[in-house]
Amino acid sequence: MSIELRNVSKKFGGVSAVNDVNFSVKEGELVALLGPSGGGKTTVLRMISGLEMPTGGDIFIRGVRVNDISVQQRNIGFVFQSYALFKNMTVFKNIAFGLKIKKWKKTDIHDRVHELLHLLGLEGLDKRYPHQLSGGQRQRVAIARALASKPSVLLLDEPFGAVDAKIRQELRDWLVTLHNDLNVTTLFVTHDQEEAMEVSNRIVIFSRGNLEQIGTPREVYEEPNNEFVARFIGVLNVLELTVQGGVARFGELEFPALDRPDGSKMRIGFRPFAVQISSDTGAYRCRAVLRHTFFLGVMLRLELELPSGLTIRSRMTKEEYSALGLQDGQEVSFIIKRYRILRGESEPLSPEIHSGDTAFSTFGAGI
Amino acid sequence: MAGYVKNSSRPSRDAVAKSQRGSEESPVIKWLLISVALTFTLIFLLLPLVNVFAQAFSKGWSGYIKALVDPDTMSAIKLTLLVAAISVPLNVVFGLAAAWCIAKFNFRGKPLLITLIDLPFSVSPVVAGLMFVVMFGLQGYLGPWLDARDIKIIFAVPGIVLATVFITFPFVARELIPVMQATGSDQEEAALSLGASGWKTFWYVTLPSVKWGLLYGVILCNARAMGEFGAVSIVSGHITGQTDTMPLRVEKLYQEYNATAAFAVASLLALLALVTLGVKTFLEWRQEREYDRAQHAASEPDNFSSTK
Repeated sequence: MSIELRNVSKKFGGVSAVNDVNFSVKEGELVALLGPSGGGKTTVLRMISGLEMPTGGDIFIRGVRVNDISVQQRNIGFVFQSYALFKNMTVFKNIAFGLKIKKWKKTDIHDRVHELLHLLGLEGLDKRYPHQLSGGQRQRVAIARALASKPSVLLLDEPFGAVDAKIRQELRDWLVTLHNDLNVTTLFVTHDQEEAMEVSNRIVIFSRGNLEQIGTPREVYEEPNNEFVARFIGVLNVLELTVQGGVARFGELEFPALDRPDGSKMRIGFRPFAVQISSDTGAYRCRAVLRHTFFLGVMLRLELELPSGLTIRSRMTKEEYSALGLQDGQEVSFIIKRYRILRGESEPLSPEIHSGDTAFSTFGAGI
Repeated sequence: MAGYVKNSSRPSRDAVAKSQRGSEESPVIKWLLISVALTFTLIFLLLPLVNVFAQAFSKGWSGYIKALVDPDTMSAIKLTLLVAAISVPLNVVFGLAAAWCIAKFNFRGKPLLITLIDLPFSVSPVVAGLMFVVMFGLQGYLGPWLDARDIKIIFAVPGIVLATVFITFPFVARELIPVMQATGSDQEEAALSLGASGWKTFWYVTLPSVKWGLLYGVILCNARAMGEFGAVSIVSGHITGQTDTMPLRVEKLYQEYNATAAFAVASLLALLALVTLGVKTFLEWRQEREYDRAQHAASEPDNFSSTK
């Protein structure tokens, strides 16, 4: 194990930022710490780095308990959200800083810095100052600086937060390539679930200081541990049903009540892809009006307004859309093919319930 | 109502027209204000300054030099330099420490500390001087104890240094606090994560990032340390050739109707003020340029893809 956290907690004053977190990261993994802001993910990252000390629990890096080892001695590479480049130093000196502190020989420093400049595509920029660089270049300098003394883990705090959308996509691809080349254990913090899904081998999801789930992108999307994860990863339509005469209803929608008493409430959640639409209003028993269609490249997002006024989201490919010949404002019929019963934010979900016979994979076609 | 609608339909154009009018209207008032300010500066600042030099040189170069090489005057100049040489470095250290803990840490009583740093600005220098007399004077709290050990503070150099340190304390800290708060602690944390000790982090990262602010503070601190009159006057005892600083010497010479000598020493202090102003302007310009560059760099279009 490269990194292991055992029952790690952190309190700031009386406020609990991280509660009893346990997880481990294998050597060479690329792991995302994902969660809404204030979820405790940055605090976890800073505790692993040694910039913050846990108030409880143990942290291990490569099998060594590092609780009492200072940030200077942990041999980690930390990339700050703001990059935190030394603005009074050139790119060369920024990257060489850690090596100079560790008393490397001058020629070795020179070779290592140029190796990194080459690796990160920063050749020719070594004499520039940070203010003379673009945002993307600054970030790569920050990563080069963090990697210079061959750290055992690379920690990145919101690495793509400070650049615009187009660059962000390139940086994501680039981080994956870099990680594949170097194979250094990498943890990064993000609040963007798409980013986490796309970049990482595994995702650790935090909410309000608690670890909600850890798993591959596919696992957390297809088998969310609880409602929070299901809602946070991808889009989840939620309906509140009322049980009447042994059937849970929402308008025309009917679901098995599973022996719940009449009058009780039941909530279900389903992904946009579980909504099957037909332009034939008689094809399925539920009707809705197609309010808006959003074109997102290959995929389309459709918003259906139910007779009760509630809006649910659906997704389909461009081909499906043109085959159905749909138009905004048109009345359609639909069916919910798969759903889960929700029991509360941090309660486990029911297994997926199939209401039709159409087996259909939810994964792979977008979120 | 109709007028309101009409106006709001083209807000930007109206706003532009208005702002242009605001700055271009009534050149009479503009020139009147400028000439009032100019006249005031001329009469109350420039003229006296020129006069100081004119008086100092009223007996020519030889008279000027003669006034300065007078042993008592020389001793005053030396003492002033000594006091500045002690109190400025001390306040650099105090100022850095105070600014550091205010900018980098959150603790209870922080507003109180900030207020205390400003205290020397709000207390009359004479009161500050009296405070030290009450503390260390023969009738003061610590006076008998110090006297028994033959340590002289009041009416001696240590007292002058103490008073000067007190008076000039806010300059460095006041300059550094906003600079340090603006820089945040990211760069320091980065240095720590790269293995640098606290001292090396301070030396290589913190100090360079506040150097212009620090220099600015030092310049102001030095100017005040050399020019302080009130507090020093109380604690020095005016012993000619021993505890007279330059400002005290100027006053004494003037009281003795030795105008030329008084103005000669005064001209040195005035020269110091001019140099200070010059350096201060230069530093402000440097700082502004650095700030502009940082702003400019931040708003620069990102050319990640083009250099990839």
